[in-house]
Amino acid sequence: MSALMGRRRSKRARNLLPNYVILTLLLVFAIGPLVILAFNSVKSRAEIGRNPLGFPHAIQWSNYTRAWNVGNFSTTTVNSGILVVGTVICILLLGGMAAYSLAKLNPPGADGVMLYLLVSSSVPLYLFLVPLFFMWRSIGLVNNLFGLIPIYVAINAPLAIFLLRSFMLELPRDFEDAARVDGAGEWQVFARIVIPLTWPGFLTVGLVVALAVWNEFVLATVFLTDPSKFTVVTSYQNFVSSFTRDWGLTSAASVMMIAPILLIFLSLQRRFIDGLTQGGMKG
Amino acid sequence: MLPILLINVSVVLIPSLSSIYYSMTDWRGIGAAHFVGLDNFRRLFFDDPSFKHAFTNNVIWLMMFLTVPIAIALVAASLLAPIRRGALLFRMMLFIPYVLPSVITASLWRTLMDPDHGIMGKLNSLGVPGTEKALLGTKHTVLPAIAFIDNWHWWGFLMVLFLAAMQNIPPTLYEAAKLDGANRWQEFRDVTLPGIRPTLVFMILMTSIWSFLTFDYIWILTQGGPAGASEVLAVLVFKDAFQNFEAGYASAIGLTMSFFVGIIIMIFIMLRRRGWEI
Repeated sequence: MSALMGRRRSKRARNLLPNYVILTLLLVFAIGPLVILAFNSVKSRAEIGRNPLGFPHAIQWSNYTRAWNVGNFSTTTVNSGILVVGTVICILLLGGMAAYSLAKLNPPGADGVMLYLLVSSSVPLYLFLVPLFFMWRSIGLVNNLFGLIPIYVAINAPLAIFLLRSFMLELPRDFEDAARVDGAGEWQVFARIVIPLTWPGFLTVGLVVALAVWNEFVLATVFLTDPSKFTVVTSYQNFVSSFTRDWGLTSAASVMMIAPILLIFLSLQRRFIDGLTQGGMKG
Repeated sequence: MLPILLINVSVVLIPSLSSIYYSMTDWRGIGAAHFVGLDNFRRLFFDDPSFKHAFTNNVIWLMMFLTVPIAIALVAASLLAPIRRGALLFRMMLFIPYVLPSVITASLWRTLMDPDHGIMGKLNSLGVPGTEKALLGTKHTVLPAIAFIDNWHWWGFLMVLFLAAMQNIPPTLYEAAKLDGANRWQEFRDVTLPGIRPTLVFMILMTSIWSFLTFDYIWILTQGGPAGASEVLAVLVFKDAFQNFEAGYASAIGLTMSFFVGIIIMIFIMLRRRGWEI
């Protein structure tokens, strides 16, 4: 009887050690390659030849300055920055307005717009990429950062509108009505009441869109072919193919590219993960 | 509302519709497009061996992504769900590969898979068979190798989705299962899996769609090579449109891909109509 009770109890407080062991192995699988990357970024060429996976013996920081210059990071960072900032501002402003009117103003045809956004978010890129490229080229928007921004805005719009709308639906009507009674126009309601009260939604959408644009590869490859317009990502791709064997250099460039992402991700990880997973479930 | 709709219509809707027209022309991207009826589709389905090959690769890709990452993510999420101490740290760290740019993930693993250096080099020098060749440069290993790399950055995301779903399962169900003496496997099968079913089915749907559209890792790592061994449909679109200047033909391939995606969505809608709870 007591043995039975003992078994019962041990079952209730289940032993979690195997969980930790397996999860730690998975953690090594996920993070180990990044640790190797960081090690290699400070090794000399000769050392990588001898010791491609282990801890660095002599630290050589010059890989970073070389990678910054050879990889033309001073130009590409600015290009990527323009794309990210431009897209995020347009998405938050225009998408926020659209979400507000869909959530609160009941405009005619709102259901149709929601349906259209849902369908357009599931249209594969490869259906419209080819005509879009030649259309953009004929009006001079290829090799133009400001030609790429509207494409990013369009592609991220459905997700941004759905997420922002769901945040705004949770906002009690009384707040807006109070402002309207005080004589505020819709613009003022939007700018003074809705945005301040739903800023976590705006921040989440901004982060998700910024990450998507910073990392984007396909469209940036197609629409920006002039090296002076390369983004960090497309320039890296070119750079890696001309320095395939110089792992110290390419690793240093990689670390410079992912450092800002990791810093922002680690400091705002909960918002990031929530936004990305909701995006995955809805988009 | 209007400005963003206008942008979306001119970027997505108008080119999509014109793609349907161009798929029936011999358009080269510039100049006039001549209407050729269904010639492009006849060429695609009957005369172009690379189409059949690419389609097969998409199906293989689908099979790999419906099994491996979903299995790993399910295991990891169900191991992580009962944990309290350190759970957030695990969740965050396992999610990190997902936020990296694909070019970095690709080049990192290309070096790790290098047969002279890297992990493969290490295994090779220890005499493990099958590691002496470049996985990415050999015809029959290239596709699984790319899928492995893509999956390395993907499964953590799936795991977080499954984990969120598992945390919504009422704990009383687990307590009831424990009182009935269920072991870990029975608990997983009878409580966890049914509990996360909507998320699981939705991700199976999305995986099926994305498998037909996959492009970036393949393009970055091999551009479809060696000798076309890793070509998928999107790679064909890219090559035909921007390297061979056969924009009409590329539009036909793009339309065919969209058609496959449409079929997948229809199958799911039909299953749902038939009363499947998905």
